Amino acid sequence: MTAPYESRPTLIFRAKRFIPASFVDAMIISIVALALSLVLFGIFVSFSGVNAFDVYRVMLKGAFGTSEQWGNALTQIFHGKFAIPYAFRNTLIHAAPLLLTALCVALPARVGMMIIGGEGAVVLGGLMAALVAHLMPGAPSLIVQISMIVVGMTVGGAWISISGALRQFRGVNETISSLLMNYIAIAILNHCVEGPMHDPTSLDHPSSFHIGPANMLGTIAGTDIHVGLLFGVVACVFAWILMDHTTHGFATSIVGGNVRAAKVAGLSVAKFSLAACFLGGAGAALAGVIEVSAIHGRANDSLAAGLGYAGILVAFVARQNPLAVIPVAILLGGVSASGDLLQMKLKLSSASVQVFQGILFLVILGLDTWAGRLKDVRHIWFAKPIHWFMDWYIKKPSTKGVAHAGANA
Amino acid sequence: MKRTNWLSGIASRSRRAAAVLVAAASIAAAVTGCDSKKESTTTAAPGGSPGAAPAASTGKDTTVGFLYVGTKDDSGYNQAHAEGAAAVKKMPGVTVIEAEKIAENKDCQQNMSTMVEQGDATLVFATSFGYFKPHVKEIAAKYPKITFLHAGGTLENGDPTNIGTFFAYIDELEYLCGMAAGSASKTGKLGYVAAKPITPVLRDINAFELGAKSVNPKCTLTVIFTGDWFLPNEEANAVTTLADQGIDVISGHVDSPKVMIQTAEKRGIYSCGYHYNCAPLAPKGYLTGAEWNWGPMYQRFVADFKAGKPMPHNYMGSLKDGAVKLSPYGSSVPADAQAKIEAVKAQMTAGTFKMFVGPIKDNTGKVVLEEGKSWDDQDGALWGMNYLVEGVIGSLK
Repeated sequence: MTAPYESRPTLIFRAKRFIPASFVDAMIISIVALALSLVLFGIFVSFSGVNAFDVYRVMLKGAFGTSEQWGNALTQIFHGKFAIPYAFRNTLIHAAPLLLTALCVALPARVGMMIIGGEGAVVLGGLMAALVAHLMPGAPSLIVQISMIVVGMTVGGAWISISGALRQFRGVNETISSLLMNYIAIAILNHCVEGPMHDPTSLDHPSSFHIGPANMLGTIAGTDIHVGLLFGVVACVFAWILMDHTTHGFATSIVGGNVRAAKVAGLSVAKFSLAACFLGGAGAALAGVIEVSAIHGRANDSLAAGLGYAGILVAFVARQNPLAVIPVAILLGGVSASGDLLQMKLKLSSASVQVFQGILFLVILGLDTWAGRLKDVRHIWFAKPIHWFMDWYIKKPSTKGVAHAGANA
Repeated sequence: MKRTNWLSGIASRSRRAAAVLVAAASIAAAVTGCDSKKESTTTAAPGGSPGAAPAASTGKDTTVGFLYVGTKDDSGYNQAHAEGAAAVKKMPGVTVIEAEKIAENKDCQQNMSTMVEQGDATLVFATSFGYFKPHVKEIAAKYPKITFLHAGGTLENGDPTNIGTFFAYIDELEYLCGMAAGSASKTGKLGYVAAKPITPVLRDINAFELGAKSVNPKCTLTVIFTGDWFLPNEEANAVTTLADQGIDVISGHVDSPKVMIQTAEKRGIYSCGYHYNCAPLAPKGYLTGAEWNWGPMYQRFVADFKAGKPMPHNYMGSLKDGAVKLSPYGSSVPADAQAKIEAVKAQMTAGTFKMFVGPIKDNTGKVVLEEGKSWDDQDGALWGMNYLVEGVIGSLK
């Protein structure tokens, strides 16, 4: 055997202490999938007469900016002024809601439920934010903001819990029911903004009343990125700690892994299932609250812009790991952000980014199956590097040390 | 679990789910008809980047950006603007960047920012009505060195000075289409598919009916409002309903008349186009159509911009300056009718023709314009039109 880990203080060894194995575990297939999708997308655009490498270059520029822009930004930071290149700001703005809507898929997935009702929760969250602000005229803005968030998240959580409960107690497929409930939520939204909550001044675009400039959530200091991004990152980290580092999360995984085992262990399957649904729905609803209270100021059909559906893709690419949602949302936010530039610079159609997202989704589903088979056939040559890396990575220094000591004794 | 095998957990859990998900996704696609709005949005913050210099002072190519609310090939409103952009593209020293399917919410602000920040655009055409308030106004305040031109907006005092607005009268063309429809119709029953009962649409409907009545006073026009600008299913249903009632000419005012024209052709009835030349969609039944002709106007605006001249301020084009045009006549328009239409068109081009001449009643019998009076294009009374003229069957309620 090789020397003990403790005697090799390399950089990657240090990283192992800080980057959890479950995260790397989730990311490694995602990275392979992203690379594969980029290749397929390159082939696809080649058919429309565009150089694939131009596409990659423009995507990189549109999502993350150029080295020159970063140089300028760093110079400004050096002079005491915080700056991020426009492209990356754009990416972060696109990523912010995806962080939250992805949780609506990733958390229920822990109990083995495939919820795709994030869109409905977003819509209801946004609608509740507008309603709460409308019902609390003259209240201090901090109180209004907190109320919007609390009420929005509660309603969104309850909404997704309905799908969870239907599955738990009536055996209704939660994927179908949550999808169909999206349309109910959108219909409720349209009814409200065109009926009881309609602001008569919003003629050409029926909307609710404005929540009031004082009640709007602000931006992150020194940038034009709204605080929703911070909410998203905090929510993802919270979800990860809850799921990977608490007994609640452990119990949730048991319920998701084997219901019988969970029952034998005395765990309440319904409780953990509904809790996961509630938390997921609350996350997506928070995205809706932010859409209204930080961006639009009103609830209208702009809320149903596919954020919930985009979250499904993010959650799958992040392989349902809340921590991995953060980089994946930023990557996919970058893909969306670069879509405009692809149209402008390379005359690709507006749908091309969606084609890329579609390819990515199929590839990630395909790789799931592929990964499942691979655990039995470890001799396949192209999977070996991944196996080696993962086997090495997931062995924690401490356990290795114990095993080593045991062998010596 | 992590230690034994890193692959087992994820795989077993999601494979079954994946199958369900694919099934569900296909249902979603079927139900929504592939909803394809882009995700997310932004906040607008003051102070943006002062990256681009005014084009008039540099020798570089001027980059002109165009935003469309729909697709560039919708045979309708957006394609007409895209054709204008194509004309601008032909000008020397001009680069055109375009973005289609940009929703009328904060997305369009984000997109205009990208055009300026990353596309180096110094002149941006925002071509959809709903971009104006508040989006173009906000983004123009954020980028004071960039010029924004908006189709259909009305500038008020206190608006940023780097916005220009323009549009064109198309109701004159609708009058001519009405004449063609009135002459070609055998039943004297015409049909109109309209999106929303708002003033510009009502102007078109009324002009169409007045034109039809000028050649056949007995013509009636049945109107169906679909409720929104792009509802292909509703539009097809509306045409079918109208055709079932014995109506033999269809026209309409929706964002993309494509489905409407195709359905009419399938039913073997005549149609008049809108926005864009729809003749290829209905080689048999197409009579003529009211088209935008943004190309010459856009070229003029861009040339003025490069020369540093002032930008249009609530400018209204018309037949006079070629901002609108009539589609070539279909074979079903009789020659004598063509001559009559051409005569009226010549008067319109010369600025001597008056469409709204009293007496005009609305379809409830109320007199809206007394005998001996008339309105010209600019008349304020036209901007508040909230009725259908006599002969139009339909209600605004």
